[in-house]
Amino acid sequence: MTALLLLPLLLPFALPALARRALGRLTPVVALWAVTVCAVVLAGCSLAALGSFVLIGLFKVPRFAALGELVRPLHTASDLVVLPAAATSVGVLAVCGWTLVRSVLRQTRAFRVARTQARRGPAAGDLCVVDSSRPDAYALPGRPHRIVVTTAMLRSLDGPEREALFAHERAHNDGGHHYFLAAAELAAHCHPALRPVRESIRLAAERAADEAAAARVGDRKLTARAIARAALAGHSARTERPEFVAAATSGPVPQRVQALLAAPRAPRTGRTIAALLLACTAVSCVASVAGMADFHHRVEIAQGDETP
Amino acid sequence: MTEAKDERRPAGELEASVMATLWAAGGPQTPGQVQSRLGADLARTTVTTILTRLHDKGVVERYRQGRGFAYVPVRDVQDAQGLTARRMHSELDRDTDRETVLARFVAQLSPDDERVLRDLLEPDER
Repeated sequence: MTALLLLPLLLPFALPALARRALGRLTPVVALWAVTVCAVVLAGCSLAALGSFVLIGLFKVPRFAALGELVRPLHTASDLVVLPAAATSVGVLAVCGWTLVRSVLRQTRAFRVARTQARRGPAAGDLCVVDSSRPDAYALPGRPHRIVVTTAMLRSLDGPEREALFAHERAHNDGGHHYFLAAAELAAHCHPALRPVRESIRLAAERAADEAAAARVGDRKLTARAIARAALAGHSARTERPEFVAAATSGPVPQRVQALLAAPRAPRTGRTIAALLLACTAVSCVASVAGMADFHHRVEIAQGDETP
Repeated sequence: MTEAKDERRPAGELEASVMATLWAAGGPQTPGQVQSRLGADLARTTVTTILTRLHDKGVVERYRQGRGFAYVPVRDVQDAQGLTARRMHSELDRDTDRETVLARFVAQLSPDDERVLRDLLEPDER
């Protein structure tokens, strides 16, 4: 049982490498979906495993055992393993919970500030112009979706480049990329190994929007130039926008520009990587469910409901 | 061919493009100038229509220039009251019989609004 529950805690360490490969092999949209779903499931399973460890430890304490109506001692691995594991899990869960709450609060505040700022500025269609000398552009989800661009950014691009930039930001809104980024943010706080995966998900979202923009304006070179110039202009600017909003200037820009300038590859069969991601997710799910089912069974035995 | 493609885009997107062009220019722009700086291929009449719509919304101002207008983005849209006032003005400008419109407007005012208006127009009578 303990070994089964350890598996969901160890599997996330394999995901960063898999996520990087997935970006290279799969189309950006598919990679975005696959990696995000995998990260969220792995995060959930590792939390469930930690929770199980805490419960197992609690049932070792006589008071809680009485509360759980255990009539027989719970049959688990040695107390020397179970109790420290439970204590560590409590600590880890507390840290996770704390960083999660802090992150959610900070993001909500930043989001509210951004929305107020956008509402105050002059708007035309879905565009909100912020009169600022700091070049910046980002997609602001909401009802309706908006794209926020500062005057400095508008001035550093020419007409067709502006169209490409807008197409990029609209692609973020149309694709609902903020949900993916929010999921990545949450998963990153659930397991330390999922932190680098957040960057992969960000890059996948940017690549997906780049491709959508290139398809929209019908010119890959123009899109690449717009992204590069927007990134150069916005490079020095540190912004207040929330982490989960997608901006044209985030992510490793040289990599994105290179991918755009390269002729659109015939999608290589990313079957291996897709299968690995799927296997990773499935193993994590099965291990945590099996571990918890086994634990439940042992508790029932200890409660005298079932015979061993 | 591309022209037809851009003309068919949603009105909101076209407004955004025109607005962005105005902001990027940094000075008053005639519809012709906007059209040439625009990233999208639009007919000049379409650009003029969009600019008029933006003016009605109160987010751009226009000045008479030659036979047409030159447009600049409004910087202080921040104050919602100013925006509402500009909208009222643009509505007023659209009707030929200004006097009747004003008379009807005043006739429908609440007593409180009427008092405010009176105070504003004749400040020293208080």
